[in-house]
Amino acid sequence: MAVKPVTNLGRSGLSDWLIQRVSAVVIALYTLWLIGYLLSHPDLTYAQWAGLHQYFPMRLFSLLAVLAMAAHAWIGLWAVLTDYVTVRLMGGRATALRVLLQVGMVGALLAYVIWAVDILWRG
Amino acid sequence: MNDKRPVNLDIRTIQLPITAYVSILHRVSGVALFGVAGLMLWMLDQSLRSEASFDGLKAILASGWCKLVLWAMLSAVAYHLVAGIRHLIMDLGVGETLKGGVLGARLVLIVTAILIALAGVWIWQ
Repeated sequence: MAVKPVTNLGRSGLSDWLIQRVSAVVIALYTLWLIGYLLSHPDLTYAQWAGLHQYFPMRLFSLLAVLAMAAHAWIGLWAVLTDYVTVRLMGGRATALRVLLQVGMVGALLAYVIWAVDILWRG
Repeated sequence: MNDKRPVNLDIRTIQLPITAYVSILHRVSGVALFGVAGLMLWMLDQSLRSEASFDGLKAILASGWCKLVLWAMLSAVAYHLVAGIRHLIMDLGVGETLKGGVLGARLVLIVTAILIALAGVWIWQ
């Protein structure tokens, strides 16, 4: 019987592959939009900036981008940790250390998402 | 499974091609971006909390060291974005050959260098 992975996001390599790419496109579009906005508003005021983030489609876009970043970082860091924090490279305690790092990473991402929701919806 | 089997992949003894460096940098920049995600959220928090915190953030970002940090962050974003776009292009079947891979890797480094320079102009203009 095959051993099922338990710490990756999508529970299969193929779904992780797709999530990684869809999230990448969302983050890329958000980044380009934000940089474009900042470039076209060199004398940005608080009123303009706060107004932009109170606009519902912008809030939705920001939330989508944050969720995409969390999923993207989960999959990316999972790949990095399972490649380098291994018994072959680090010895017997590597598995325990990797699981600890993975749990810490997921905890941090969850905290980031909650923080972002708070920032975006308190105003 | 015998976990004492020999592994003939010791990257310290292999001369890496440019594609490997571009791939490793993609990982390094990704981990770095995770590392500064908290800082980015803090900046978003300060920029939206109040007019006073917005102005405070502006003042902080105007100082020399902070500009350097901001430039490093934008550089990581630029590199990870460009290398990621190369990945998506390769997923479409473009640039998958050995020659195409090397060309793509070179283009990633060139385009990123230009974007990092432009980011520097944007920050220090």
